[in-house]
Amino acid sequence: MKTLQEAILRNRHNNLSVFFTAGFPQAGSTTEILGILNDSAVDFIEVGIPFSDPLADGPVIQRSGTQALRNGMSLELLFTQLGEVRNTLTKPYLLMGYLNSLLAFGIEAFYRKCSESGIHHIIIPDLPVNEFLKEHKAFADHYEVSPVFLVTPDTSAKRIHEIDKISKAFIYLVSGNTTTGNQSSIQTEAIRKITGMKLKNPVIIGFGIKDREDYLQACSLADGAIIGSAFIAMIAESKNLQKDIPGFISQIKGS
Amino acid sequence: MKSYTLISNGYYGKFGGAYIPELLFNNVDELQKSYKKIIASAEFQKKFKGLLKDYVGRPTPLYYSEALSEKYKARIFMKREDLNHTGAHKINNALGQALLAKMMGKQKIVAETGAGQHGVATATACTLLGLSCVVFMGETDIARQAPNVARMKMLGATVIPSLSGTKTLKDATNDAIRYWINHAADTHYIIGSVVGPHPYPDMVTRFQSIISKEIKIQLRKQTGESEPDYVIACVGGGSNAAGAFYHFLNSKKTKLVGAEAAGKGVHTHETAATLTIGSVGIIHGAKTYLMQNGDGQITEPYSISAGLDYPGIGPLHAFLHESKQATYLAITDLEALAAARELIHLDGIIPALESAHAFAVLPKMKFRPTDIVVINLSGRGDKDMEAYLKFIL
Ligand SMILES: Cc1ncc(COP(=O)(O)O)c(C=O)c1O
Repeated sequence: MKTLQEAILRNRHNNLSVFFTAGFPQAGSTTEILGILNDSAVDFIEVGIPFSDPLADGPVIQRSGTQALRNGMSLELLFTQLGEVRNTLTKPYLLMGYLNSLLAFGIEAFYRKCSESGIHHIIIPDLPVNEFLKEHKAFADHYEVSPVFLVTPDTSAKRIHEIDKISKAFIYLVSGNTTTGNQSSIQTEAIRKITGMKLKNPVIIGFGIKDREDYLQACSLADGAIIGSAFIAMIAESKNLQKDIPGFISQIKGS
Repeated sequence: MKSYTLISNGYYGKFGGAYIPELLFNNVDELQKSYKKIIASAEFQKKFKGLLKDYVGRPTPLYYSEALSEKYKARIFMKREDLNHTGAHKINNALGQALLAKMMGKQKIVAETGAGQHGVATATACTLLGLSCVVFMGETDIARQAPNVARMKMLGATVIPSLSGTKTLKDATNDAIRYWINHAADTHYIIGSVVGPHPYPDMVTRFQSIISKEIKIQLRKQTGESEPDYVIACVGGGSNAAGAFYHFLNSKKTKLVGAEAAGKGVHTHETAATLTIGSVGIIHGAKTYLMQNGDGQITEPYSISAGLDYPGIGPLHAFLHESKQATYLAITDLEALAAARELIHLDGIIPALESAHAFAVLPKMKFRPTDIVVINLSGRGDKDMEAYLKFIL
């Protein structure tokens, strides 16, 4: 099987990923949305673990998480849902969430469950690299799960090289200094400096990417883009996910 | 300054650290690298000491209460942080951090506030030092602490309501951190307690440590002893307690007692007694005790006192609790109100609802008549008149 890194590299400058919150708008929406996305033109999928206090997120993702928790969503339930559909999914899917969810679940149990659920990569924005190396890496390696780390246009070259060294999928480049869903402009110059660093990992841009124009700009600078808030806002409005999700994806991808 | 900080590499034992998104890495890293140097500099010390003395009104008195001593059969003193400019200990930290921010070249300040005391203190420090100021405050707290909202606005601060969760201190802190992420280049975040990512717990403790430094000197003058038998303080995030404990942290003699808010009782769902019912996790960038469910969702606290209505606790206190170097008692709303009534009637002092929790420890203790007990009266009760009118009159 191809790794996510290989898939992204093969698809250079044309990767689209979307992020959605598990259990939103209904608890059962997780598997429905995963199924629809799997058959769409999206390249890989990020499933958000709803958390009560998502520090890096703007209002759209906050509200979707609050609703998901009201719907009775939990990490345990998410793993059960993933277990139900993992054999039907052919696209790579990642988990994204906050460290406290992982700690409450138990560090080893979390990595074991990831591996049992077909998850090979996780994104935990408040997990510092050093803490990962000290407390998580042994379990992550054992269960063959690896983290994706965030960098920003202001992250030092030294840190980016360190992160590149331990990353196995891609580097998540935040478009600017912003929480998710904030429509600040993509910091082109700073991003060029990073993509010009000859990193071994592909670079995917996220935070504030909302439409085809942003997507094309991100692809002109890096290996692709991740859309979160705009995708969730569409889901929140949609009366027909079967139609609207593929529509959204092909509109962004122009396919 | 002699170091009793117990902190190493940003951790108190296993508690503390900096669990922040990369978006804040540079800001926090810059603070970590520079705070000690700036605070220790002659320029900072000269300005800070001058302002604490002439602007804040320090040293605050250490007052011996005959009435409480008589009633509880011990020698009971209170440290009058309520007499500080703006009415609470919060100004010690707000002024220190505002000065630090200015020396780091930041022009803008963001802060969170619960009771509004930290917000008022920050707005005041910003006005004094010519910094712009944004304060996040939960909508629930805006309603129950109206006088402080008016004061912040009068001082020129922009007060932004937090609308998530129970719309209290936790949510205001989330929003202040998000604001900081979005304005990282020119803004310093003045956190109001010994919480948040390293170096905040240590930095805020240092600014508040003036409380115990003065207690030591004043107590020696008044009793001949420089170490009390007990120091008692209320604990929300834990900054007034950290400041009151600091110079006694390695004392063999002094017993340290923290009062957390039990709300309607630790066995109800309406409580903020983090150490009593919480477990270890991450809140606002620090590893510490917090109130959470089995799925790691942070639960909503409750206390009659807006300043103690917080589901976490500073990592220093988590460490002191676990290593049994301090004792933490849970005080209910009703116990705090009774203690406030007693202090009002016996000593003619209207305490902040937060501080009343510390006084409510007195009836729970067994003192020897010779024991010297210092209670930190962290703030005055002007902001709480509405609650007092409802419950005490
Ligand atoms: C008077 C007073 N005491 C105590 C507190 C609680 O904070 P901390 O535990 O950080 O001292 C507050 C917070 O608003 C306060 O206003």
